[in-house]
Amino acid sequence: MNEFIFFLNKVIISGATLGSVYALGAVGVTLIFGILRFAHFAHGDMMTLGAFISFMLVGIFQSLGIQTPLPTGFIVLPFAMAITAGLALGIDKGFYEPLRAKGVKTVTLLIASIGVTLMLQGLIRLFAGTATRSFFENESKDLFRFKLPIEGVRSINISEPQILVIVTTIITVLVLHFFLTRSRIGKGMRAMADNPSLAQVSGINTASVVRATWIIAGSLAAMAGTMLALDVILKPDLAFNIVLPIFAAAVVGGLGHSYGAIAGGFLIGFAETMSVFNWSIMFRGFDNLPDWFPKDLSLVPTEYKLTVAFIILVVVLLVRPQGIFKGASS
Amino acid sequence: MIRRDAILFAGLGVLVLALANWFSVPYTLQILVNAFAYALIALGLNVQWGYAGLFNFGVMGFLMVGGASVTFVSYPLNDAFWSSDGPFMLFKALLAAIAGGALIWGVTRMPKKGNLAKLRGFLLVIAWAVAYVVYRSQIDPAARLIEAEADFVGGLGLPAIFGWVFGGIMAGIIAYIIGKICLGLRTDYLAIATIGVSEIIRALIKNMDWLTRGTLTVSPVPWPTPLPADISASGVASPDMAILLARSGFLAVVMLLVGIIFFFLQRAYEGPWGRMMRAIRDNHIAAGSIGKNVTKRELEIFVLGAVLMGVGGAILTSYVQLLDPSGYQPINHTFIVWVMIIVGGAGNNYGALFGGIFIYIVWTISEPASVILFSFISDMSDGVGIGAIPDIESRALQMRVFVLGMVITLALRYAPQGMIPERVRTQEG
Repeated sequence: MNEFIFFLNKVIISGATLGSVYALGAVGVTLIFGILRFAHFAHGDMMTLGAFISFMLVGIFQSLGIQTPLPTGFIVLPFAMAITAGLALGIDKGFYEPLRAKGVKTVTLLIASIGVTLMLQGLIRLFAGTATRSFFENESKDLFRFKLPIEGVRSINISEPQILVIVTTIITVLVLHFFLTRSRIGKGMRAMADNPSLAQVSGINTASVVRATWIIAGSLAAMAGTMLALDVILKPDLAFNIVLPIFAAAVVGGLGHSYGAIAGGFLIGFAETMSVFNWSIMFRGFDNLPDWFPKDLSLVPTEYKLTVAFIILVVVLLVRPQGIFKGASS
Repeated sequence: MIRRDAILFAGLGVLVLALANWFSVPYTLQILVNAFAYALIALGLNVQWGYAGLFNFGVMGFLMVGGASVTFVSYPLNDAFWSSDGPFMLFKALLAAIAGGALIWGVTRMPKKGNLAKLRGFLLVIAWAVAYVVYRSQIDPAARLIEAEADFVGGLGLPAIFGWVFGGIMAGIIAYIIGKICLGLRTDYLAIATIGVSEIIRALIKNMDWLTRGTLTVSPVPWPTPLPADISASGVASPDMAILLARSGFLAVVMLLVGIIFFFLQRAYEGPWGRMMRAIRDNHIAAGSIGKNVTKRELEIFVLGAVLMGVGGAILTSYVQLLDPSGYQPINHTFIVWVMIIVGGAGNNYGALFGGIFIYIVWTISEPASVILFSFISDMSDGVGIGAIPDIESRALQMRVFVLGMVITLALRYAPQGMIPERVRTQEG
């Protein structure tokens, strides 16, 4: 039983947390790909930007003396999302829209997004320095221990940020689902992802669809970035390191397919935690294990955790290039 | 070469002279060695992206392969490794890998259609799993033994030039494997896949301590030309002069190599092979319909570009005499090369050469330049009472990342063809 709870703590909870962050990021990437047809590499740095905006807002809140029962980083999230969405619109206006207006190939937009990545990274480090920071410098990070009604069994541990990440992601996914299926602009987005020219001739305002895409992608990026920083730590290369698993998640789910991105995010998240988990722990309960039984049964060593996402990515690209769900074609 | 290009190159020459005046001559030589190595890498990417339109975002991976290869070939022999059981155990691991590969290959030979198709997929997964377990069961003890008894495998003690060649060959082999898997993908997918592969290569080289010593770094990797110490030993009294001579020697070798490769690339570009590649790039369906084997040609050019990148990566590692896997970053080793060919002009070798040297110089001098700029602003803000900017040195280092991003976005918007754009010679012209 102890082993099972260890598995729950190590794999299920951390996998769900990681998967939630990946899913939130991948939805943004996949929406941008669906509407604008390019892989937006600057998404990771938009996440970092969102996290830093949250951090600044937390500083303002705390200097005003506002006390909250939940972590302040979570309370300021709506404001940070709004600001990041505004910045995302600004980035589009400043860097992508002029290129689109010139009618360049989508590949050029991809290269431009690399330029935006570099600029954002440079700016973040210029203003914030390279130090790592924590949202929990002035408040405590609560850890909940759920005791099972069995004697001598360890407790299920889950931290406050982890609960918040998982719950918020579920709510966000539901809201997003209703937005895409019920609202006028959401339907317009789906139409444009399916067939841009047909969407345009049938009277959908493509400019406002593009705006909506950036607002959603920007606010989701801020959410994912802040959540990640709450769970782990805030540093300037926070999301640059996970932008690739996020892309893997989006591709695995089928680029351009929102539900696929969510599924892909959780798939990659669980695959990463499961492949570095030492499975031989699960067999400790058996007393009479033979001597040759290996002590370490993890599929890959911990330092190769990030490569798991790529191996899944490459296999998916080979076996089923359109992703689990059929994605938009470029 | 038209007059405008000649003026640009002349301007570059003036810039280099100004650098030599501003800094010192040996430091300028160091910048030039690195700049020419990057120019070679930019030529490699120009072959892939400019000639054939292949979206390779995994430049860093090939540079790392080149760097690790040159270290392996030219680093002195490690007697502790060769006298231990290490070589034998590695041989067993190699046999295990070959056996696993043969098993997988055998399964892939099964018919793809018919009753056995479902079974084939299942067996393929089993075969991969078996091969992986067998290989891990051999390589893990070998790696542990080597790390415990001999630190790492060491090198072969051969001249550095062989290392450069070997770096190119290894990068080519890896590019062949990647190309076989990924080249069928469309642009964005290919970009993501190549970035992924380069991250896998980085993880491997960083963590295979038995082969590359990982984060502990290997040094000193020898030079192909005499080191400053050798020149001093042979009778040159002044240490400054020795450094100057040594770096000039290294630069001469690199420039000669870049010159030869450039000549052949230019010949190939102007010849029928280059025309065919441009045809494939601009319309691969049409090129296929007139009998060109698009997949094979793209694979060929992907390997060729990767070989150049591998050699360039080997030169970079040779020059700093240090293999440090943690020093490789996508910004410094992939994106900067993209900036080079976008600014220089994709599809034109002169453009790639110009962009490689120019952007490397901009990248290097934007740090001291921003220190000066920041100190100036800091003095001003201090003067008006806002206070000085803290940590100018570390912040200025970040400024060059911003400058790089700015350059690429501006270039895409205002000069999408680059400084020296592609010029296709037609019958009339």
